Amino acid sequence: MSEPLLCELSVPGRVGFRFPEVDVPQAPLPEGMLRQELPLPELYEVDVVRHYTRLSQLNHGIDIGFYPLGSCTMKYNPKVNEEVARLPGFAHVHPLQPEETVQGSLALMYQLQEWLKEIGGFAGVTLQPAAGAQGELTGVLIIRAYHEANGQSQRNKILIPDSAHGTNPATSAMSGMRVVEIKSDGRGNVDLEALRAECDESLAGLMLTNPNTLGLFDENVEEVVRLVHAAGGLVYGDGANLNALLGIVRPGDLGIDVLHYNLHKTFSTPHGGGGPGSGPVGVAEKLVDFLPGPLVDIIEPGDDEEPPLYGFVYPKKSIGRVKAFHGHFGMMARAYTYMRMHGKEGMRMISEYAVLNANYLRARLRDVYHVPYDRICMHEFVAEGRWPDIPDIQALDIAKRLMDFGFHPPTNYFPLIVHDALMIEPTETESLQNLDAFADAMIKIAEEARSNPELLKTAPHNTPVGRVDEVKAAKELVLCCGFRSTDLSSK
Amino acid sequence: MNIPTELKYTENDEWIRVEGNIGTVGITDHAQEQLSDIVYVEILVSEGDRVAKGDSCATIESVKAAADVYMPVSGKIVAINEKLPDTPEMVNSDPYGGAWMVKVELSNPSELNGLLDASAYQAKIAASE
Repeated sequence: MSEPLLCELSVPGRVGFRFPEVDVPQAPLPEGMLRQELPLPELYEVDVVRHYTRLSQLNHGIDIGFYPLGSCTMKYNPKVNEEVARLPGFAHVHPLQPEETVQGSLALMYQLQEWLKEIGGFAGVTLQPAAGAQGELTGVLIIRAYHEANGQSQRNKILIPDSAHGTNPATSAMSGMRVVEIKSDGRGNVDLEALRAECDESLAGLMLTNPNTLGLFDENVEEVVRLVHAAGGLVYGDGANLNALLGIVRPGDLGIDVLHYNLHKTFSTPHGGGGPGSGPVGVAEKLVDFLPGPLVDIIEPGDDEEPPLYGFVYPKKSIGRVKAFHGHFGMMARAYTYMRMHGKEGMRMISEYAVLNANYLRARLRDVYHVPYDRICMHEFVAEGRWPDIPDIQALDIAKRLMDFGFHPPTNYFPLIVHDALMIEPTETESLQNLDAFADAMIKIAEEARSNPELLKTAPHNTPVGRVDEVKAAKELVLCCGFRSTDLSSK
Repeated sequence: MNIPTELKYTENDEWIRVEGNIGTVGITDHAQEQLSDIVYVEILVSEGDRVAKGDSCATIESVKAAADVYMPVSGKIVAINEKLPDTPEMVNSDPYGGAWMVKVELSNPSELNGLLDASAYQAKIAASE
């Protein structure tokens, strides 16, 4: 790579920051705890700033270009979100401040809970979980607590369709549940026969990703929910793909009992390196008492003169805290801003454009890339990154070559039920010109795959780092640079 | 693609070689080809464990995906391939030999009747392509 490491830039004696003179009494450290030397890089402040600025320019992010990473909803993060999150009244509050001194922040959390309830069709919402996977864990722990409270602790089986998100089985296993996979049928829906066969008295619930990772809305979702409920199970909804449904379908109205939202996907808070995430969980009426606590509520109602007094309440049979303090408050401020800026009508438009954009790309690419479940999709679709006439070319080669055109590759090799899957999610924030540029690049790559396959096999060519050796990266886990190796190896 | 005729197969791409009352289990050439470069193998059972048909006995990871290996039959584990976690690439180079995963003493040999023979397994692969 063109950019050296900080330890390679280090020059002995360079100082970036000097501590002021000590103006308090000195207390010596115990003898045995004193280091003889501390081998850290020695640099001027300007060296460090330029190093990190250069590194940031080598990265690809949503502020640099198109990022159609399927099921990740890499939509643009509006900058007004950042302005609001940085308002001193939000940015400088401390979670241990007395409640009466943080009424504005509590009002924001309360309103966000209310909006998420309305969007999802739920009776209660917790904002605590740190991200989607922790939201899932919270949801499955709530399902477990519900069965235990009903004297049904033998219910330890969670059904997971093979088109679900990859985190679902891990979540269930962590919750002490047994995972059984349910196949998809020929149209990409949950196979109802396979589902019926598993609906018995050990059923705790089903984790449904809808739309699923094929980008398809399950055409039998009402029957799926009915079967699970009839067997005494609950339905968990993985809300990672909620960007397709805003203002159109409410998961709670479909009978889904628990669902997590990803504020860092659907509600435009930063994602990936810009995180942290935030994974609120919504629940149906019968599960409200099990939510993690505390929740924000109105303690004393307001009137024409006085605003209400907000405070914390603890649900009666709460599964307990799942996160220190109250979750990632900065993300709540950003998601609140996003909802406020869009309003009710805007929410629906977000999903309509997300679905339109995905279908536009599907229609432009389906003659060149095989789309195995080829019907009207939701916010994403899955194509095969392979052709029978050129068996050497795989999805990975196409993904790598896309980087040469300035695009982040789609999710690849997932879902597992499509050979050489390329899962493409454009989101609503891309213009027609950007969608066309991406489709043109994909079509050109398909031509290159036949005219010059080597170009794909050795891609990327225009990036700071070329094709990496993934086997070596996975097997030789050297995560630490040898800073002045003699200093460290002698210890 | 290599599909030895003397072995039995599962829908999920495991093979079993039966000698007397002992079955040796691994994953097929087709499975390793689909997964591509294998970088990690963890055997989840130990000698002496009782396992049921369908239980997960190993986890493998490639640069593309992670997959579970399931027991094709029930029985008692009598040996595990301790070398394999240190040489996961063996699954790519020698799936029917050095990359065996567990040996099991069959408790219900009639379960073998429910497995696929080489030609049925070949047909299953062709149907999934």
